[in-house]
Amino acid sequence: MVGCMRKGYCLGIESTADDFGVGIASFEGEILANVNHSYTPEKGGIHPREAARHHAKVAGKVIEEALEKSGIKIDNLSVIAFSQGPGLGPCLRTGATAARALATYLGIPLVGVNHCLAHIEIGKLVTEATDPITLYVSGGNTIIAAFEAGRYRVFGETLDIAVGNCLDVFAREAGLKPENGKALGRIVEEMAIKGRKYITLPYTVKGMDLSFSGLLTAAVSLLHEKKHRLEDVCFSFQETAFSMLTEVTERALAHTEKREVLLTGGVAANKRLQSMLKTMAEEHDARFCGVPREYSPDNGAMIAWTGILCFKHNLTVPVEKSFVKLKWRLDEVEVPWVGE
Amino acid sequence: MLIKKGAEASLFLEEWHGLKVILKKRLSKKYRVPELDRTIQIQRTKHEPHVIHRAKEAGVPTPVIYMVDLAEATIVMEYVEGKQVKNVLNELPTEKRIKLCRYIGELIGKLHGSGIIHGDLTTSNMILTPTGKMVFIDFGLSEQTMEVEAKGVDLHLLKRALHSTHYLYADECFETIMEGYEKTVGEKEAKLVLEKILEIEKRGRYVSER
Repeated sequence: MVGCMRKGYCLGIESTADDFGVGIASFEGEILANVNHSYTPEKGGIHPREAARHHAKVAGKVIEEALEKSGIKIDNLSVIAFSQGPGLGPCLRTGATAARALATYLGIPLVGVNHCLAHIEIGKLVTEATDPITLYVSGGNTIIAAFEAGRYRVFGETLDIAVGNCLDVFAREAGLKPENGKALGRIVEEMAIKGRKYITLPYTVKGMDLSFSGLLTAAVSLLHEKKHRLEDVCFSFQETAFSMLTEVTERALAHTEKREVLLTGGVAANKRLQSMLKTMAEEHDARFCGVPREYSPDNGAMIAWTGILCFKHNLTVPVEKSFVKLKWRLDEVEVPWVGE
Repeated sequence: MLIKKGAEASLFLEEWHGLKVILKKRLSKKYRVPELDRTIQIQRTKHEPHVIHRAKEAGVPTPVIYMVDLAEATIVMEYVEGKQVKNVLNELPTEKRIKLCRYIGELIGKLHGSGIIHGDLTTSNMILTPTGKMVFIDFGLSEQTMEVEAKGVDLHLLKRALHSTHYLYADECFETIMEGYEKTVGEKEAKLVLEKILEIEKRGRYVSER
């Protein structure tokens, strides 16, 4: 075991896409604060520069609020972590700038954290999973991964767009709008519950990889045909996309013979997806580990906790070398703490 | 008699009108709605015999299909007598091993040349019959495309399988397989595919599990 095991705290900054999050965790794995502020576009999807502008505006406030909630004085922080990639350039750079400034000002080490890895590690921490197959589904990522020979290997992933992106574009095409703080995905989910009739849509699984673009095109033309109830289209769309996800996760589970299935990412909040994975996991005598809503979407706590794991293994980064990595793959990251 | 239970289908060894047959039954999945479950089962039960037939047209021996029962999502096919290449390869003297690998490569070249991607190329899915014929089985994950990417992935998976089951001479086997492959598809195409395999390996996502 390397690194220092003295008492300490890490502040983590998440800013890969539309969320600016700050979390504070103790070296023992206690989450003391997890504050998030989201950028909501007036219309359409995320505009990277606009999102970055939002992050820069709220950064100070969110950091202050997190410190206040945690009850930790800024001088008691021992390490600063930030989401180094993958993500949108302008957004990543804003979070990185804040993190570098804090680390330099306080004279403490800086850790660059892989965003996908952080989702898995916080999921393991809060669900007490030890060695799961992970299905990570969000607006930017769709990944099936598991630990194998020193790293998290990607067993399957999307060949085109992420499932969360597919859901959002579909929802916008259907004329649905985020209301009362409910995300678009949530509104589609509520519509789908009222759906009765299944309409066949393209189902594209290639080995353990997935493709969602054909499904999106077909679902959008169904909308424009106006021959079906919107509830039925939402239902069919969701059933198709989630069955694809469950099938590839099942294939990876059978292949690796793991005993746990971890579901995380923004789309993990969907109850239908949760129930499908649970049914599948039970058939294989595996435990289903759904990450609770507070820690499944992008959040600062996951960066803080993974920052601690990295820090304990001396995986820090000098400020002058802390460039963001827009396409940083999960399977490139060293994870010496797993399997210890 | 159940002989294999996969994530998607179960294989039974049965007697059928006096013939020794393999019965491949696709499983119903509780997690998906019945309509979709049905559609997927039927689609795949149709797809597999179709590709098996196309492979024969391409000159690659595959099992004889006796019956396709869509209602039961079941395919009844010939039980191929012989040994899995997996169990043969380690026993062979070098010269014969090289000959066999070159032959395997030629056959894979024929599949790819006709746009057939096997999807699960391992030495357990190749049967060497007592008469010296090589039969390819299990086209459950197959697809039809001429894309170099798909061909590269197909061969890369084979390379990985070779390394895990025949590690002593995996590299020699793969090189010989690629020689046979080149003989069928031509130098230009083989070079493209080989470059693609290297690219796929560099991506790191298909790194060996060992």
